[in-house]
Amino acid sequence: MNRRVVITGMGWITPLGHDIEGVWAAILRGESGIAATTLFDARTFPTRFSAEVKDFSLERFLGAEYSRHRDVARQTGFALAAATLAWRDAALDLAPTLDRTQVGVYLGGGEGPMDFDNFTAAAVDGWNYAENVLDTRRWAEVARARFREVTEAEQEPHMAAAHLACAFGVEGPNFNALTACAASTQAIGEATNIIRRGDAEVMISGGCHSMIHPFGVTGFNRLTALSTRNDSPTTASRPFDRTRDGFVLGEGAGVLILEELAHAQARGARILAEVTGYGSTADAFRITDIHEDGRGGIAAMRRALADARRRPEEVDYISAHGTGTQENDKIETLAIRGVFGPHAPKVPISSVKSMLGHLIAAAGACELITCVLAIRDGVIPPTMNYSTPDPLCDLDYVPNQARKARVRVCLSNSFGFGGQNDTLIVEAFDAAR
Amino acid sequence: MKKERVVITGMGVVTPVGLGIGETFDALVQKQCGIARITAFDPSRFAAQIAGEVKAAPIQDCVPKGYRKAVKVMARDIVLAVMAAYYAVRDARLKTKCVLERGEETGEPDVDSTRFGANIGAGLICADLNELAGALASVAERPEAATDRGFSMTRWGSEGMQNLTPLWLLKFLPNMLACHVTIVHDCQAPSNTITCGEASSHLAIGEAFRTLERGDADVCVCGGAESKLNPMGLMRQELMGRLVTDCNDRPEAACRPFDVCRGGMVIAEGGGLMILERLEHAQRRGARIYGEVVGFGAAASARHWIKPDPDGRALALAISKALRDAQISPEEIDLINPFGVGTSADDAAEAAAIRQVFGARAASIPVLATKGALGNCGAGSGAIDLAIGVMAMHRRVIPPCVTTRQVDPACGLRVICGEPVDSRAETMLSLARAMCGGQTAALVIRRSQA
Repeated sequence: MNRRVVITGMGWITPLGHDIEGVWAAILRGESGIAATTLFDARTFPTRFSAEVKDFSLERFLGAEYSRHRDVARQTGFALAAATLAWRDAALDLAPTLDRTQVGVYLGGGEGPMDFDNFTAAAVDGWNYAENVLDTRRWAEVARARFREVTEAEQEPHMAAAHLACAFGVEGPNFNALTACAASTQAIGEATNIIRRGDAEVMISGGCHSMIHPFGVTGFNRLTALSTRNDSPTTASRPFDRTRDGFVLGEGAGVLILEELAHAQARGARILAEVTGYGSTADAFRITDIHEDGRGGIAAMRRALADARRRPEEVDYISAHGTGTQENDKIETLAIRGVFGPHAPKVPISSVKSMLGHLIAAAGACELITCVLAIRDGVIPPTMNYSTPDPLCDLDYVPNQARKARVRVCLSNSFGFGGQNDTLIVEAFDAAR
Repeated sequence: MKKERVVITGMGVVTPVGLGIGETFDALVQKQCGIARITAFDPSRFAAQIAGEVKAAPIQDCVPKGYRKAVKVMARDIVLAVMAAYYAVRDARLKTKCVLERGEETGEPDVDSTRFGANIGAGLICADLNELAGALASVAERPEAATDRGFSMTRWGSEGMQNLTPLWLLKFLPNMLACHVTIVHDCQAPSNTITCGEASSHLAIGEAFRTLERGDADVCVCGGAESKLNPMGLMRQELMGRLVTDCNDRPEAACRPFDVCRGGMVIAEGGGLMILERLEHAQRRGARIYGEVVGFGAAASARHWIKPDPDGRALALAISKALRDAQISPEEIDLINPFGVGTSADDAAEAAAIRQVFGARAASIPVLATKGALGNCGAGSGAIDLAIGVMAMHRRVIPPCVTTRQVDPACGLRVICGEPVDSRAETMLSLARAMCGGQTAALVIRRSQA
């Protein structure tokens, strides 16, 4: 008897807001969460805008639980808030008999931002200009005086998963996968397998990240991966458009409650959708470039479809990785063609990164949530800012306007730096399947 | 659904006492200690000035010629992983892309690249401080001042960041360990990077075990690597109050797991990667089989994200799950491979977990503790420990923990110390716990019957 995995709750913290319905409505209207960067002084950076989470107060989400989590890093705060929403959405706060050793956590959580002011102070004060080397004796004195133990500990990428275990009192398997931009899609796929094989009944899964800090933007700017359309932030994220010039860095968290079907039914949970397929592969090609044939993406999509026992023709909607870089969108298109063949032009494809920006480790989870909502409401979110067709991106990207459609089976892609490819299949729940 | 059986056919480690599992294991049996004064940087103003350092890292001998340039963008953690992967693949006598390109074997690869997976644990990789601090210092407002030189964000954005290599970010993304390993050996099947501190290796190996068990791959390279041997890594642990600080003049006696007068942990660097393989695949290619992975369990502390449960509850949960998964009773475990990091609270909690599961037998099962000789290799430590434990079963001898003199009666464990002990161990339990985070994991390995 195969164990089936359903989604019973969802929550997210995004650049467009903090509640499922409000953000979803904004996405369907094509609104942008992108604006000038305010988290640090980016005036002279090549990229001066981003998709920040606005008006966020962790205390408002956690209430009495807040005080012991007050020192968390930014991304962990997003995860705690999103998980609180998801937990309530799944009515797990009302479940009287939950066996908490059977509830686990699997996040694709990013590392916390460095303690920037203190880090730079120690680095600069510790620098020996005469010998062009760091004087580690001097550095140690400054660092010891300035660094805070808790701030350093909270930077570890698995701290969000650890805080979730404590916040919800859950003692099951606890993981963090950090596979760059694919992390939360990976996490949800792996969590699905954990439930399927019986290692847990419920998994809190998704991702969280914030790289909108000087070193994060520096890293992506040096790679020339970010859009530099500083004069027009709201139209800067242009997936599949010929004039695309890079992705827009965002931040946030998306968390889903995954649950074994019988467990969900026994407690009378409302079932939002079913996760039926997952595929993970590595390009094994180059650290900087995607394999030119899209072989890793093709293999991930094929593995996910086979896992879900679905033919490509049965897919109603593809939530693309669609970052808005020249390379990604071209090769993702190629990979979709590789899997879907002549059927490819008939499948609606969109990228909500055109509105939310690229939430890096959190992207896949938030995008999967949009798939679940697309199934629920029979509407496909648009790819905004699409104006100039690219001959290398010649599929149906649902340009600029949400579209009504019957959506039963969705495929969601996430591809990470370093050639990590992950694909999920999520479907309308059908008890008779 | 039929589960595939999963065996260990290769082990590769890079540790402070040796390169490769043979060299490392021999050194431990000969009672060598890899902990010494830090040479990677001047540690004289740090409270702890000792570490388990990998002295020589001949990475160029572990990659194909055409890949040597890529070494420039490898953080130390990545170097350790790529080396460990090479040693593991060689130990398994697998003909991978790397081995063939290096001309060490001829013919075709003996593993299908689309059925060759990777699951590699990683830590929070520290940026190269010399590179980053130099770039930051280039835009200081008052470079001539002795203190408070001032950092200029506006000059950083306009010019300072240009001093970093374009690929700077890719040097320390955690998934770059798996990225380089998968490129070098051509592993295109399921791939993952687990970042759960010291539990990373065990979780990665456990998940690779599951991937093979359900038939999603034929072979997986899995484990982890990390180096905390840099000023940031050392300072972080100092601030957290975990380090032995009174043994700078006696490094070989510094880290004393489960000792009555243990005084903390010692940072280290290292990598460990295992080749896990479906039994049938291993048999078909006539591979040497060290042992079989038979059980995996994972859990978490729900009380605090850093402090260990005093009763070891989260670890005991992981152990129980792993034993249930292996369908064996606690009586069958005859070797314990603990986390044993050397801090008062962690060792006490771990011992409590072991006692909770094994009851009176806890005092008689041999315990193989490695960190007295190696220190804490972070995300790499679990796979290194596991490899040493598997080797102890394979060679029928348990290397002693030379630093532990008098086992804490409150711990109540039979830690092998002093001299190596002959062993007939057949079934090992291996444990790990993330010191920040509280994730726990347990693996059960059965010695090869062959």
